[in-house]
Amino acid sequence: MAIKNKTEKSERSEYRLFRARAYVAAALVLLALLAVFIRLINLQIQQYEHYTELSKENYLKRIPIPPVRGLIYDRNGVLLADNHIEYVLEAKEDDVKDMSAKLTSLMQLLPITKQDINKFKQKLRVNSRFQAVVLRKNMTEKEIAIFSANRFRFPGFKVSVRMERIYPLESVASHLLGYVGRIDKRDLKKIDKKEYKGTTHIGKTGIEKQYETRLHGKAGFEVIEVDAHGKPQRKQSEQAPIAGEDIFLSIDLELQIKAEELLKDHNGAAVAIDPRNGEVLAMASMPSFDPNLFVNGISYANYNALRDNPDRPLYNRAIQGSYPPGSTIKPMAALSGLNSGVMSPTKTVYGKGYFQIPGNRHKFRCWKKAGHGHISLNRAIYQSCDVYFYDLAFRMGINRYSKAMNKFGFGKKTGIDLPHERSALMPTSQWKRKRYDKFWYPGDTVNTGIGQGYFTATPIQLAFATATLANRGRKVKPHLLWATRVSRNLPEKLVKPVKLPSIGVTKLRYWDDVIRGMVNVVHGAGGTARRSGAGAKYRFAGKTGTAQVFGIAQNKTYNASKLKKKLHDHALFVAFAPVENPRIALALIAENAGGGSKVAAPIARQLLDTYLLSKEEKLTLKEKQQALLDAKNKKNPQKNKKKSEAR
Amino acid sequence: MNNKNGFDLSSFLMRLISSIDLVLIVTLILLLSLGSITLFSASGENMKMMNNHTIHLILAAIVMLIASQLSSEMLNRWSIWIYAFGIIVLVLVLIQGSMGKGAQRWLEFGSLRFQPSEVMKLAVPMMVASYFSNKSLPPSFKEVFIAGILVLLPVLLIVKQPDLGTALLVGSAGFFVIYFAGIPWKWLAATLTAGAVAVPLIFKYGMHEYQQQRVLTFLNPEADRLGSGYHIYQSTIAIGSGGVHGKGWLNGDQSRLDFLPERHTDFIFAVFGEEFGLLGNMILFSLYIFIIWRGLYLATKGHDTFARLLGGSLSLTFFIYLFVNTGMVSGILPVVGVPLPLISYGGTSLVTLMAAFGLLMGLRRQKRGYS
Repeated sequence: MAIKNKTEKSERSEYRLFRARAYVAAALVLLALLAVFIRLINLQIQQYEHYTELSKENYLKRIPIPPVRGLIYDRNGVLLADNHIEYVLEAKEDDVKDMSAKLTSLMQLLPITKQDINKFKQKLRVNSRFQAVVLRKNMTEKEIAIFSANRFRFPGFKVSVRMERIYPLESVASHLLGYVGRIDKRDLKKIDKKEYKGTTHIGKTGIEKQYETRLHGKAGFEVIEVDAHGKPQRKQSEQAPIAGEDIFLSIDLELQIKAEELLKDHNGAAVAIDPRNGEVLAMASMPSFDPNLFVNGISYANYNALRDNPDRPLYNRAIQGSYPPGSTIKPMAALSGLNSGVMSPTKTVYGKGYFQIPGNRHKFRCWKKAGHGHISLNRAIYQSCDVYFYDLAFRMGINRYSKAMNKFGFGKKTGIDLPHERSALMPTSQWKRKRYDKFWYPGDTVNTGIGQGYFTATPIQLAFATATLANRGRKVKPHLLWATRVSRNLPEKLVKPVKLPSIGVTKLRYWDDVIRGMVNVVHGAGGTARRSGAGAKYRFAGKTGTAQVFGIAQNKTYNASKLKKKLHDHALFVAFAPVENPRIALALIAENAGGGSKVAAPIARQLLDTYLLSKEEKLTLKEKQQALLDAKNKKNPQKNKKKSEAR
Repeated sequence: MNNKNGFDLSSFLMRLISSIDLVLIVTLILLLSLGSITLFSASGENMKMMNNHTIHLILAAIVMLIASQLSSEMLNRWSIWIYAFGIIVLVLVLIQGSMGKGAQRWLEFGSLRFQPSEVMKLAVPMMVASYFSNKSLPPSFKEVFIAGILVLLPVLLIVKQPDLGTALLVGSAGFFVIYFAGIPWKWLAATLTAGAVAVPLIFKYGMHEYQQQRVLTFLNPEADRLGSGYHIYQSTIAIGSGGVHGKGWLNGDQSRLDFLPERHTDFIFAVFGEEFGLLGNMILFSLYIFIIWRGLYLATKGHDTFARLLGGSLSLTFFIYLFVNTGMVSGILPVVGVPLPLISYGGTSLVTLMAAFGLLMGLRRQKRGYS
């Protein structure tokens, strides 16, 4: 029946129907394929760059090559901060199958303790699976040989080279050198992450922090092609890292060590500056600490011990310690007085043992109860008459006095190239109003005349002011960076001193008047530090200072034996030498050590001797370095041994 | 005709050549060559795979030649039996699968592996074309309904395997016959609307979890670029980074370095796009469009209704392969396991496709011996 239905006519109409449908289908096919093709145009033309980027991101891996950190030397080329090459055994969790068993067999092979294993496992948990974790540090050649022979048994473990910062002189100059430590979250916020991708350590304090950029260098990288499984295929390109610059500090290590030795029984600081160019020759702060402890993360116990030590060894007294400067500022005060016209070189003041503001019964006492009688500027300095300077400050008035003292750098940061310098305080009446919402009393002014009251200064400020005095008003910014060296084969580049605006005086002889007073302090018959000046092979100028820590009531006298050590007076001394052609200016403080003439001046004398009478110049650099290292090792061989074991 | 020597070689060859369509053959050879070159790169210059591919090609050529000798009357008569056989085997596969082997697409006879759903790509359009061949067209509602069931039955069995890609191809092949038979546009529209309504329902109840994931991935491939979006993410990178000129043969970073998964099978188009760029794609699409056009042309030259319906359906099914695969790899269609026709590595699909082209060539011939 169905066949009968098929007529000739329906055959033709069916053909026409098919053809019509075929046309429609062809049109739809073209439309659909056009849609796909538009998508291809979109991918391959419009988004070409985007996808090329993604493709490269896929298969090109930038592997950072960290630069070698620059070394730090003293001015004579003695190494202060070195890079120690060590061999470590490490593994990535991802590369090792059956970690526990492998560790057990490694324990039998190498001197690895259970503790090491536990530490290692803990680090594995914390770190990413692709990050290598160190199992054993400081591998000896023998250990490396043993491991290499058995290497096939421990796929995934490998010995690699690491550079570690080491401070060969340990606690010497630790405050100014500072130290490097592992990069932490706070550092990450500040640094260019690209530059530090392969770097683990960064300067945390001191010179290491101040010159981080120079010391770090520029990271290199290699671009490696990897497949989808992360397996490296071939190297595409490489850019070698640029090693960090070597830094030469203006420090004279011999002087530095001497200063630290002389201060080691006290808490205190000493700063020596070459007044001609502002180079800091020594900067000691005692007690000090061993920066090596910080390099690989200090232990809690060690850190707590340092932090909770009442002597605060981590604190750089030389630039952060704000002390009452006491009489050490009298020469600068004297110059300010002369320059402002309230005093004259010839005018005398009558010292009756105390000073009273007209109309006030309060007695500002002189250290010499009997009084100095009629006293001139010269004697006021070398005998350190308090009354003279009470009078001077009172006559000038706080704001004029303060302004004049600012010119010597008091109350302002010296701009030394170290982080965290303090400005201490050269008070003004506005300051007191702001700080305490109180009026400035004339009595406040009187105290500042002898470097007490609200007046504080840091040792570096005192040294800087002394250097300025030695220079007769020419100011040079103190600095530690002496020279830099891009590579061992290139000559060092010396750092130019930065000159600051000089202090102008109405009469040039004022400088001589003040300096004469200071020379008399050490060389004069009645000088407060005449004992320290005796027998010197050069002429020097100095000023003692004994700063009161504890306020003595009006009717009492200072009796050291009855006071706690913490409340004893600070001993200070400032000096420069030789007087004719000053090459060194220094300031030092021994906390709670008593009188400046008794404690501080002898130390200063020894330091001047050390620097000026040095025979070291005849030794070659290498010999000097070796000698210092030997001396260091001889001092505590036990400690050194322990350290290398711990590392 | 010439039976003196029992077998006359020259006349056999003459008949063979006259039965094939030279235009189509040349285009196919061009496309297969391009495909082989691409496969060499996509396989990672794997010679073993290339040898297998050569065997597949020879096998496919033989099957095509044989298929080109079959007349439409013969096929029309066989349709019902092939179809019935196919359905039975599909059921057998499902039973075998339900007996604890999980997803089962293969039936094994000793060392011979046989994928019955592949047969249905030809058997279903043949069956439906055969059903319509003695009806007056355009078909009545009842006829369309029956045809629909003939299509849906194997499709559902294949979906159950589960093999969404093959189900889609088989379903399309059957649907295109109904389309060419002249299903009224109104019904077509109604069916498509019903389909659109059914899609979310199918998504929710009719799909395996991995299939649902594929659809979701398609909708937002970047959401999970290391998980199920990985394929599309990597294939779009490959194509996109190929640019206009391509990275050059054997120089596709995405495929060379193993970032492209399934790069010699379903995702080979990404390799092609990466290495030959937009210009290569233009050539590739031109070849494909030419083949589809030639197929439709041959179909209109079909000897009878059965021949036309089957030819039209086979041509459009070839298009579906192309569209679904390239659409998927370039990220505008969801991931469905459909190979790039004639280029993706795989003997079964190559043989089926070439068999279809063989059939297409033979359709315009009348039954041998007559006229």
